[in-house]
Amino acid sequence: MLDAVDLECERGGRKLFRRLSFSLGAGEALRIAGANGSGKTSLLRILCGLAAPAAGEVRWKGESVRALREDYSAQLVYLGHAPAVKDELRASENLSIACRLAGNARGRDEVSAALRTLAVPEAAPVKTLSQGQRRRAALARLLLSQSVPLWLLDEPLAALDAQAARLLEGLIAEHTGRGGMVVYTTHQDTHIAGRVISLDA
Amino acid sequence: MLDVAACLVRRDLLLAVREKSDVATALLFFVIVTSLFPLGIGAEPDLLRAIAPGVIWVAALLSSLLALGRLFAADYADGTLEQIALGAAPLGAAVAAKVLAHWLTSGLPLVIIAPLIALQYDLPASLYGVLALSLLLGTPVLSLIGAIGAALTLGLRGGGVLLSLLVLPLYVPVLIMGAGGVEMAAAGMGAQGHLLLLAAMLVGAAAFAPWAIAAALRIATE
Amino acid sequence: MTAASTRWFWYASPQTFYPLAGTIARWCGIAAAILAVIGLWIGLVAAPTDAQQGDAYRIIFVHVAAAWMSMFLYVAMAFWAALGLAFNTRLSGMLASAIAPTGALFTFIALWTGALWGKPTWGTYWVWDARLTSELILLFLYFGFMALQAAIDDPRRADRAGAVLALVGVVNIPIIYFSVQWWNTLHQGASVSLKSAPSMAPIMLKGMLVMALAFWMYSIAAAMVRVRCIIRERGA
Repeated sequence: MLDAVDLECERGGRKLFRRLSFSLGAGEALRIAGANGSGKTSLLRILCGLAAPAAGEVRWKGESVRALREDYSAQLVYLGHAPAVKDELRASENLSIACRLAGNARGRDEVSAALRTLAVPEAAPVKTLSQGQRRRAALARLLLSQSVPLWLLDEPLAALDAQAARLLEGLIAEHTGRGGMVVYTTHQDTHIAGRVISLDA
Repeated sequence: MLDVAACLVRRDLLLAVREKSDVATALLFFVIVTSLFPLGIGAEPDLLRAIAPGVIWVAALLSSLLALGRLFAADYADGTLEQIALGAAPLGAAVAAKVLAHWLTSGLPLVIIAPLIALQYDLPASLYGVLALSLLLGTPVLSLIGAIGAALTLGLRGGGVLLSLLVLPLYVPVLIMGAGGVEMAAAGMGAQGHLLLLAAMLVGAAAFAPWAIAAALRIATE
Repeated sequence: MTAASTRWFWYASPQTFYPLAGTIARWCGIAAAILAVIGLWIGLVAAPTDAQQGDAYRIIFVHVAAAWMSMFLYVAMAFWAALGLAFNTRLSGMLASAIAPTGALFTFIALWTGALWGKPTWGTYWVWDARLTSELILLFLYFGFMALQAAIDDPRRADRAGAVLALVGVVNIPIIYFSVQWWNTLHQGASVSLKSAPSMAPIMLKGMLVMALAFWMYSIAAAMVRVRCIIRERGA
């Protein structure tokens, strides 16, 4: 369903990767591996449509994602390096706004339940939370995105303790079990089953 | 799409309420700048009455410029801008929502406080209406055009000054029509021509600026 | 694709354009020098002394031609920038960047010669005349474009951001010009205006056209030289 065709990426005058092609079907998890600076985040951003590749294209169900625009982004969740939460707002406000912006509005109870599952304090403004708690607040979105087919996660395990990491791995496994697709990057060892593409060629 | 846009407006207004200092500083800047002119030029009532529309308008321009810094910068820094770009609404619509919220917290306060400044300059009370109306029509145009500059200079060093250089020449027509309208009314001739042209600029900017802003944001974040 | 359009896209590659640019620069430079000599001769020698303004008016040969070029070059710059945005060709963006400094130069020359004309004719160096004021704003627009490109390290982002700015500028220039005109007619107490050029003897018009052509040839030559520098800088 997700096809990368001859992708090429250039950053700072260097070609990070070229003629990169792969396909991802329903129920598959793909890990993107590579050293720091090898282009993992760039590739993920190209896959979401946030960045344009220097050459090649990304296709979703056969159509170019550049043409699909919002129709494509409605079918994915992208969690980048930054937790994408506003410091001045509470975790619950952040989560319900994030869901609503993505066209996936959720009620207050669902939002609270998701935050409680990840042990994130709801009422305090995010700026008072620790790095790990902020990360978990961002990840709570995945609990509310079970019907969204494609998950693109950049270093999702960073700043998570062992328990939260296992929880996340469980979420990913459930998602692929439902027929969803997950593309993620990580440095750490994971127990997630799936293919690996290395950018260190 | 409207749902997402409304959510963004509400979010930005909520953020402005939680961090009131941002809004207050731009407003205070407006008041301080207008207080500087009499100190520099002298306080003869006739002179002040003559320069009042121009001074208030220039101060509005500069204050608007100052406020532009926080339009996209915070969202860019914490990653929420990417989420907005990936949202269910086209980026042009999302951007229009952000500019609207920004104007409500930076432009509208100027419209409200301008008569007070006009009082300091001994502008006849009959002109308060025209002054407020010219600012009401003009400040959204300033926000829209300024947002293009803010998007183009996102994340660049020398941001604020560079933004001024890019945006101030484009502000000139709004300044001329805005201040000119009030001066016309002060001279006893109608301000309709100027105000209608301001309204036309507003319609044009509202129609075209969001797409330019969205294009500039994509260029800046790619 | 027809053979002709294939040829155009062939030259769109910076590598193949590089030698062509050198050739164009050489020929246009020579043409510019010849035309400038002719134009200056017409302006300084052949054209008659004006009854009202004496010999001081002769500066309009440079002033008007420079003003025409300053506006033409902005449109040319915006054109190439738009092409670069639409077709994603690197050379178009490079050309736009190459044109900008020359455009700014001519705007500056127009302002400077306008001031030099104003002094003997009306006693002041600067006059808030509609056209001079518009030229001043045009200079700021050029500076803004160059400053924006200078502030961005990534050449691709610099080209594209500059293109958006140039397009916004080109749309705004008529609006700016019109509002400055409006402002000028309402505020103008004095009847000082650079529009009050001496009534045109045909030879004066010919002289201005020749100078304009000379400036145009110079602009092309300068842009070609600069584009070659940019191509080498980017190692394209």
